[in-house]
Amino acid sequence: MTEQQIYDGLTAILRDVFDDDGLVARPELSARDVPGWDSFNHINVIVAAELRFGVKFKASELDGLHTLGDFARLIARRKAAA
Amino acid sequence: MTLPTSTLDLYWLPEAVEFSTAVTALRAAAAKGADGNADAGAAAGTARMLANQRLDFLQTRTLDRAVQGLPDAAWGAELTLAVLGTGTLEHLLPAIRVAGLRRGLRVRCWQAPYGQWRQQILDPAADLHRQRPDVILLAVDPAELLPDLPLSATAEEADTALAARAEEMVGLWRTARERTGAVILQQLMPLAEPPAFGHFERLVPAAPGALAARLDEALVRAAARERVLLLDLGRSLAEIGRRSVGDARLWHHAKQAISPAAAPWYGEQVGRVLASLRGLSRKVLVLDLDNTLWGGVIGDDGLGGIVLGQGSAAGEAFVAFQRHLRQLSRRGVILAVSSKNSPAVAEAVFREHPDMVLTRSDIAAFEANWEDKPAALRRIARDLELGIDSLVFFDDNPVERDLMRRSLPAVAVPEVPDAPELYGQTLADAGYFEPVAFTADDAGRTRQYQANAERRQGQAAATDMDSFLRDLDMVLAVEPVTPVTLARVTQLINKTNQFNLTTRRYTEPEVRDLRDSPDVLTFAARLKDRFGDNGIIAVVIGRRVEDGRTLDLDSWLMSCRVLGRGVEQALLSVVAASAARRGVERLVGHYRPTARNGMVRDFYPGLGFTALPASAEDQGWSLDLRTAVLPQPRHFTLALSV
Repeated sequence: MTEQQIYDGLTAILRDVFDDDGLVARPELSARDVPGWDSFNHINVIVAAELRFGVKFKASELDGLHTLGDFARLIARRKAAA
Repeated sequence: MTLPTSTLDLYWLPEAVEFSTAVTALRAAAAKGADGNADAGAAAGTARMLANQRLDFLQTRTLDRAVQGLPDAAWGAELTLAVLGTGTLEHLLPAIRVAGLRRGLRVRCWQAPYGQWRQQILDPAADLHRQRPDVILLAVDPAELLPDLPLSATAEEADTALAARAEEMVGLWRTARERTGAVILQQLMPLAEPPAFGHFERLVPAAPGALAARLDEALVRAAARERVLLLDLGRSLAEIGRRSVGDARLWHHAKQAISPAAAPWYGEQVGRVLASLRGLSRKVLVLDLDNTLWGGVIGDDGLGGIVLGQGSAAGEAFVAFQRHLRQLSRRGVILAVSSKNSPAVAEAVFREHPDMVLTRSDIAAFEANWEDKPAALRRIARDLELGIDSLVFFDDNPVERDLMRRSLPAVAVPEVPDAPELYGQTLADAGYFEPVAFTADDAGRTRQYQANAERRQGQAAATDMDSFLRDLDMVLAVEPVTPVTLARVTQLINKTNQFNLTTRRYTEPEVRDLRDSPDVLTFAARLKDRFGDNGIIAVVIGRRVEDGRTLDLDSWLMSCRVLGRGVEQALLSVVAASAARRGVERLVGHYRPTARNGMVRDFYPGLGFTALPASAEDQGWSLDLRTAVLPQPRHFTLALSV
């Protein structure tokens, strides 16, 4: 899976979760930049990514996410390991 | 054995086609329909058609939002549902509403504030009673209902305690029904925690698995009598699990109840019971420490740096694993430690870390040194006068596991998933400690628990708010921010949105600076109750101004999970007393409104503060400590070092 495919998938997820078709997934994007990105929608993003990319994240991995770039790298690692 | 997620899909519905286009059209129609013209009927038709497709959870949420604007007339029937229960439930409401839509039913959902299902029923002034619900769904986790008994309790003691719990539930059903007229829908759900006893679990009257099964039966009997309806998720989930070991096709074709593919699993289940009959179950669990009982390396990270306790998902996972280990210890499995550490450093965690569940006295043999681990395990077996083949070695480090398997093949060495949330489940699934008996001797290690349980058996079930709060046995411990609590306090400061008076965010270094500043008082409150330790749940930061005569409350925030228990009043009395001892004459609080913190708008006036001149973004409140009469905290034991 290419980096581009991961970011395309994340863009689709962000648009669904935050109901905003203007959102584009970028590495430096963080929860602070998106209105409505609270702990509740954070879980929605993570679970949607698990379903879309067919991976499962560990609790400790989720504690260390700060930007979408962190998340995309985690997904890439998971896909590579699978 | 993991279930494919598809077993939970609504597989009988056709796949969704052109979902986003259809939703966009629906939104447009709903917007027009809101004015009351004929588009509403067409929009409702489209909405119902969409709801009858197989949608994932985000699509379900999107559809739910799109139909919010439809006028009532567009629906066939409607109903108000109040959802009360354990943990976060908000994410389930859109799917309930869409399942209603699928059937032409508009479901209006109201949910109880987090963790307050009992309070909402018992308190006549609670919001629940104003909602006029038609149905009350009680989505309560069984772990919250089980009596607190030592594993050695007899069947009669378990019966008595269970009857009291079932009776309490029946009382809540009746109260809820009398006050609201609603139909009660009681959810039944299996326990989430892995069993400590394996196949023997339900033969031990006071084991959680046995108690949960018996409580289920008691609730079912009571529900039939009380005309309460059941949402029997336990049965539904058992069916889904049942299908994973053998399906109808195999039965029709070959009369096999269990699939050949599941034969290794089945044989393992039988084999562990047979081995136990011949005394071949393991007896000792030897645990590594770093990254096994807590996250990180104590020698490098220090007490404040290791990951353990509330504040991170991984920290909570280690606590849950330690609880499982304590349960194993209480049922007679001997715990030992083998760690490459200096003994003083390793033992200090057991003595000094506030989130450790296991105590030093739970560990029968403690090997902390720099020698190789096979040598340590030989000493452990010798000291306990047990064979080396009674040991299980649990270590996150694959190199140590490999060395152990090569050096001491008689020791059982399970693979350890590199995720602490799976540790307990892995040990339970592996079934090393399968028993065929459970005696008073096994339970003898559990003395500390018994006094507790005896005290509780005399208590009547909670029937009103006062006795409910009293029965919680709450202990509120308040201390200044310490190096150990710094990370959790910072996290709470940055993540609390609702019960947060000023919503000031601080980084960890900033919180440390505040703590070290002579003009600043910090308060971190930890709440324990009979269900366990809630961890740090509230933070107050005050700055002494005007020659120290006024304490200006820069921040006051609390986790919503402890709402409705009077923690805020108790904490005010603690803060006030601590400030007064330092010569403070007046408290000044602030409310700075945000989109999320409307619930605390009246927080300070509710505690007796009077208004100061306000601006749009800051309402000040003042309390004169020389004249104020603060109510003494009720229902709390206070443990103070402030």
